[in-house]
Amino acid sequence: MPAYEIGGKSFEHDEEGYILDVNVWTEELAALLAEKEGINMTSEHWEVVNFLREYYNEYQIAPAVRVLTKAVAKKMGADKGNNKYLYELFPYGPGKQACKIAGLPKPTGCI
Amino acid sequence: MSTDENSSGVVKKFMYVNRKAPYGTIYALEVLEMVLISAAFDQDVHLAFVDDGVYQIKKGQDTKGVEMKNFSPTYRALDGYDIEKLYVEKESLDERGIAASDLMVPVEIIDRAAMTALIDSMDVVLSG
Amino acid sequence: MLHTVNKSPFERNALDACLTRAAKGSAILLYEDAVYAATKGTNVASRVSQATQAFKVFVLGPDLRARGFDEAQVLDGITVIGYDEFVDLTVEHGTVNAWL
Repeated sequence: MPAYEIGGKSFEHDEEGYILDVNVWTEELAALLAEKEGINMTSEHWEVVNFLREYYNEYQIAPAVRVLTKAVAKKMGADKGNNKYLYELFPYGPGKQACKIAGLPKPTGCI
Repeated sequence: MSTDENSSGVVKKFMYVNRKAPYGTIYALEVLEMVLISAAFDQDVHLAFVDDGVYQIKKGQDTKGVEMKNFSPTYRALDGYDIEKLYVEKESLDERGIAASDLMVPVEIIDRAAMTALIDSMDVVLSG
Repeated sequence: MLHTVNKSPFERNALDACLTRAAKGSAILLYEDAVYAATKGTNVASRVSQATQAFKVFVLGPDLRARGFDEAQVLDGITVIGYDEFVDLTVEHGTVNAWL
């Protein structure tokens, strides 16, 4: 099984790069994954990543983009809970990229 | 992804009939995943819980001891996927000694005759 | 002899087959989906309660809790056990009859 390596610790991931165990995630790993995605993590990025981890903790799934957008709007307001804002942060898709950085599986309902 | 479905304007009444207990077999989890995926197609989705399927939404599931993933919290996410039409058959609850207050999500409890009529009114029915 | 049952009594007749054929005094362990048979208020509860007179009936705790039930919801006369005791039962009884 392929794995990311950080300072002697390894994190197994699937063929698309999603880590296999959501519980082994660290912020350090998130930073590495973001770098691989070409994303420079700002506090706005972290806000979404942390929100995704909370969502997963609550519901045990990675949300579809549509569901994420709606949930972000509810929690952080409409100026953040919209496609434009989220795609600017994660150009290749807030579902796929942000979930990967947050250590979640590929979004359920993402096809 | 659902643009074509939307523009064609064809909305069908879908029903997923849950008949199996969670964990003992893979059916409950598979149906749940199918439901989440189908949510992307903007269809009129209904979920029915009959027979042992009512055990899927029993409160208080704790799988730590069996080292399996507890997927019951995901039923609470359905609301966010705009899947709000959940029906539970009263007779199935009664046979199992389960009360409405034992269920973890808001549902409509209907009797077997009403469930029969509801299933009969659907365009597509998938049972697991 | 230790008899084990892992199917829901509402879906399969494995429990019934077991209760009908197990010799008096046998141990019966309910696990996986058969733990529902050990809970109070079901329409098989009286049959299972009656069985506790003739057999030593056990239910596997981790499977019970996974399905949202605790000891307070288990029928009187049934003992809740863990994996260690499951192993002990197997060793103690030698022959295991698994009603699948």
